[in-house]
Amino acid sequence: MPLSYFLVLSAIMFTVGVLGVILRRNALVIFMSLELMFNAANLVFVTFASYYQILTGQIFVFFVMAVAAAEVAVGLALMVAIFRTKHSIDIDQMSSLKG
Amino acid sequence: MTRMIDIYSILPVMIVAGWALLLLVVDLWIPRYRKGITALLAAVGLAIALGFVLASSGSTILGFNQMVVLDGFASFMQVLFLVSGMAAVALAYDYIQRMNINHGEFYVLMMFSIAGMMLMSQAYNLLMVFLALELLSIPLYVLAGFARTRLESEEASLKYFLLGAFASGFVLYGTALIFSATGQLDFVGIAAVVTAGSANSVLFLIGSALLLVGFGFKIAAVPFQMWTPDVYQGAPTPVTAFMSVAVKAAGFAALMRVFLVLFPSLSEHLTPILWLMAALTMIVGNIVALAQNNIKRMLAYSAIAHAGYILMAFVAFGNGEVVRNTVAATLFYLVAYGLTSFGAWALVVVIEREYGKGILLDDLAGIGKHYPWLGVAMLVFMLSFAGVPLTMGFWGKFYLFRTAVQAGYIGLAIIGLLTSVASAYYYLRVVVYMFMKPGEPKLQINPWVSFVIGVAALAVLLLSLMPWTILELASRAVLLLQ
Repeated sequence: MPLSYFLVLSAIMFTVGVLGVILRRNALVIFMSLELMFNAANLVFVTFASYYQILTGQIFVFFVMAVAAAEVAVGLALMVAIFRTKHSIDIDQMSSLKG
Repeated sequence: MTRMIDIYSILPVMIVAGWALLLLVVDLWIPRYRKGITALLAAVGLAIALGFVLASSGSTILGFNQMVVLDGFASFMQVLFLVSGMAAVALAYDYIQRMNINHGEFYVLMMFSIAGMMLMSQAYNLLMVFLALELLSIPLYVLAGFARTRLESEEASLKYFLLGAFASGFVLYGTALIFSATGQLDFVGIAAVVTAGSANSVLFLIGSALLLVGFGFKIAAVPFQMWTPDVYQGAPTPVTAFMSVAVKAAGFAALMRVFLVLFPSLSEHLTPILWLMAALTMIVGNIVALAQNNIKRMLAYSAIAHAGYILMAFVAFGNGEVVRNTVAATLFYLVAYGLTSFGAWALVVVIEREYGKGILLDDLAGIGKHYPWLGVAMLVFMLSFAGVPLTMGFWGKFYLFRTAVQAGYIGLAIIGLLTSVASAYYYLRVVVYMFMKPGEPKLQINPWVSFVIGVAALAVLLLSLMPWTILELASRAVLLLQ
């Protein structure tokens, strides 16, 4: 398969992720969109690691996965904490900070 | 094969990270009412690392197969990070007791974040840039929400988290595109491929733009600033102080290192974007700050504006003749801004009686009369922020503007000058409220907080008289920049 297919697919994934972050209001869905952005990058890394026949790209993917897992841990904990206080994780209702 | 020289090149980072891990365990045996011990241990760890940074400054080493670099630029930045870390610990010690969030993890998380920043200043490989960015960000998401069950803090934390991760996504995808364009991740390799002309120029350009977006979020440049006021307002004040100085400096460290090493060839395309970002950042930051009543929010917008001044000098990053001046002026400005900023935030810590309460401009009334030293110190900080001639802030702005003019961006310098005149209004309004309005403030000033205020005020005063000492250090740091 030509290289451009992979690039286009990853660009679509990234764009969907960005649009999801901007348009969706539920913090969990935004979080899923963020993961989509990360995985779009991962796809580029593995594609070109195989194209250039070097391992650094594939190693990078492992690091990204580990970092994303750390971020999930913090992010979900935050959402649980805020759900306990507010009984909602809709970011449109996060309006106690204004100016 | 790990050589001793590799270990030596990142020794301060290892000390901070290792000390933080140990402290996490030691903290379990420290009873809740004696968390001052944890604060003290954290400060000692940072001081030891600072000693090693100072001892190893002046050497230039590429370590771990060019993954990290130790040079004057990194050392300068690391001193800045460690000192602001110590100042933040001093501010936090009393604050987190009063706000009833007295957990030892506070200091540990702060040390992890500092380790990330120090690594960021040394990163010489896009993998390291990404890892350092995450290491500095993830603890800060937690710190912003440290006063949990208070809605402001939780909201600030969630907003910071979502937008911070969004920015990381941009940095990561930009890194992936640069990797796809060049097949390399380390700076030496990428620069070689770009010089040879065998990089895919379209992918490389898109990658650099995405990196700019990601770093733009970190330094809070317009149009990526929308999280800043909310997060700065909602987070615990010592954390905000730390974010406004150290995170911004780390963002600029990454921006400078990546752009100066990798993207000089793209300056033709990136300069107009940077020009616009700098102009918008200065205008939006200063104009919106005029309308703020809450001191935390006002300082947040002022932090945005100051990032704009630095970006103004950075627009010329591709111009080989002035680029050294750019870096030196930026380093100088980060020191001037850091000292002033910590002083101003320390005052917010003093007047904040309950979480997020008592920090409106009206609450400043009478401080100048009842606490004259506090009033005078704040006067010094505000004058320096506004860039009144012969203060440290003035010299910082002078060097930045001079660089912009040297590079031929006179229009940008004029925008900077006009907005900085406008900024005098909201800075001096703070002074007016302190000295001219009658009021009976009841403040309890912790000795550590007044220590921070005193040292910052003295340093600003001394360095206003002899700015060249810092500029000389900054210029020497630039000479070593690889």
